[in-house]
Amino acid sequence: MNSVTAIASILLAAILTNNMVLSKFLGICPFLGVSKKTDTAVSMSIAVILVMVVATAVTWPIYTYLLYPNYTYLETIVFILVIAAIVQLIEIVLKRYIKPVYEALGIYLPLITTNCAVLGITMLNITNELSFVESLFNALGAGLGFLLAMVLFSGIREKMETADIPAFLKGLPITLVAAALVSLSFLGFAGIGA
Amino acid sequence: MSNNKFLSVFTNGLVKENPTLRLVLGTCPTLAVTTAAINGIGMGLSATLVLVCSNLVISLLRKVIPDRVRIPAYITIIAGFVTVVQMLVKAFLPSIDKALGIYLPLIVVNCIILARAEMFASKNTPVLSVLDGLGMGIGFTAVLTIMGALRELFGAGTLFSLPITSNFISPMIVFLLPPGGFFVFGMLVAASNAIARKNGKKAVESMGCENCPAKDACGKESCAEEAAEHE
Repeated sequence: MNSVTAIASILLAAILTNNMVLSKFLGICPFLGVSKKTDTAVSMSIAVILVMVVATAVTWPIYTYLLYPNYTYLETIVFILVIAAIVQLIEIVLKRYIKPVYEALGIYLPLITTNCAVLGITMLNITNELSFVESLFNALGAGLGFLLAMVLFSGIREKMETADIPAFLKGLPITLVAAALVSLSFLGFAGIGA
Repeated sequence: MSNNKFLSVFTNGLVKENPTLRLVLGTCPTLAVTTAAINGIGMGLSATLVLVCSNLVISLLRKVIPDRVRIPAYITIIAGFVTVVQMLVKAFLPSIDKALGIYLPLIVVNCIILARAEMFASKNTPVLSVLDGLGMGIGFTAVLTIMGALRELFGAGTLFSLPITSNFISPMIVFLLPPGGFFVFGMLVAASNAIARKNGKKAVESMGCENCPAKDACGKESCAEEAAEHE
């Protein structure tokens, strides 16, 4: 029972209080770039969730059993290469065995290699000294939090298309101001953690 | 001609193609670490060092690296230099290391660095590439410092930890929180757009695919789709 509550709190914290995009500023590029339409935002997010969980499942054992304690300085270089390889591998496997999923997510996969959210979450799991299972749920929660932020934000952006925006804010500035407001609303969740 | 060319490559990154405000690259660290001016400088200089070194090495190896594996090769080179910088900062500037936290190793996925490798260093001579890295890095550092200073001034009433308004105005803490980051960056982009329009240049409309370093490496369909939308 205790472990169930612990897992639930990790999951909730990763989705709401420590939201990847809105409070940790990881994965801002896809958040601002791919959030124009809700359906592309959802596909992108699902690809991110998939890569995050698989990357955590691979990098955690590598760090704990190979790099720790003598080679911890290799963390950055090993993690980014492993993530790049994993993304390639996932692409090949999906292409060969689960064609429909590949067709839906395939185009987003190469973009994810250089997505700081994936590298960020694998490193945060190590920094926060989470166990293997906790890390997996933290990655899942972070991915779901990314999905939530993307869906909310794409909804707002679809509305903004027709809004009357002051000329000097048109384009990227108004998008950033809207992101500030969404992020402000997520601050309300900060109380949950305390 | 040659002196002029060196100078224009160097100044290119400062204003005309400022990586943060004009190319809109590297937004994650821009938003995340700029809660104080000093953090902006620390982040900016760390990234500049990586950028100059990786530009130099990539430019030297540009004829050796096969085209098909160039992105993984670039990432490996960049990750190597990031590790070096990480160790240097940890050893000599522990307080900056603490403030930057996870964002220091995340320089490896900072799109400015990969973008300059792909757009500049892979096509130009080592000297020009170093100058380009230096210009871009200083441009990045300048924007990060301005943003850090603004957020620190409004959010804590201090500047480089010296009290400015904190004695008579209670600071607006929201500027130090994530929403403040998005808001201040939005205003900076708006200001830079206004200046660009005044000088008859195009304003930055979105962070579309045209600025993405992985543009050629990624699924071309999504980029083509995105680009078509902008036209």
